[in-house]
Amino acid sequence: MESVGSIIMYFVIALTIILFSVLAVTTRKILRAATYLLFALFGTAAVYFQLDYEFLGAVQIAVYAGGIVVLFVFSILLTSHPGDNSEKLASRKRALGLVASLAMLGVAGWALLSRCLHLVDRPAMASLDMQQIGQTLMGTGHGEYLLPFEAVSVLLLACIIGGVVVARKR
Amino acid sequence: MEITMLYYLIPSLVMFCCGVYGFITRRNMIAILISIELMLNAVDLNFVVFNRFLFPGQMEGMFFTLFAIAIAAAETALAIAIIINLFRVAKDVDVKDLSKMKF
Repeated sequence: MESVGSIIMYFVIALTIILFSVLAVTTRKILRAATYLLFALFGTAAVYFQLDYEFLGAVQIAVYAGGIVVLFVFSILLTSHPGDNSEKLASRKRALGLVASLAMLGVAGWALLSRCLHLVDRPAMASLDMQQIGQTLMGTGHGEYLLPFEAVSVLLLACIIGGVVVARKR
Repeated sequence: MEITMLYYLIPSLVMFCCGVYGFITRRNMIAILISIELMLNAVDLNFVVFNRFLFPGQMEGMFFTLFAIAIAAAETALAIAIIINLFRVAKDVDVKDLSKMKF
């Protein structure tokens, strides 16, 4: 049985995620879309904190809110007039998008509701400490992640070089 | 009231469907990228929730999310570099007007 406080927190977080992700794709001002995306990402970070993954929540806030959304805002300011409304959608295109997303919502939601209702409530878990996370990230044994870590570092290097090459002035 | 796994999967599902809707209807390239971020984030959320509720002692889902966040950051940076370069050539980031390379 959960405490009343955590149930209230859950509903606040869930409503935040749903509301801001709907707003992020329906607003017609592009800078507002980036801001709503930021709040949806904060909601996700709050879920990570609530599920006892503090490190992951911190990474989510640092990388997404600190890196990606700032990058979005910069590129919006560079490429469009932030006060402008985007054009009104053609009703056919909007209908197409609505059908696709609502059909998916219906099918996946039906599958979830019919299959997952009996699933367990949250088992107890000790909060992960940094030493455990670091050893799993840097170890070479079974179920440890040094190779993906190195692959990601090479990927980031390639991304830096690619970004500079693509975006530089000719 | 118990908060089971379902209660965390439903916001994530709604988030993913918003991403699909935005990806289909938006015409500004940056807005399309924002929709992709929403979808990626919903998937990350699913990984973490399944890890926490079904395999609480292990860390596979958490590490998958960690690497997915890193790859999403790389992808966004590169996509924005491409968009800025396109803007320099075509003075526009609207996908309807960028049809020069269309087959």
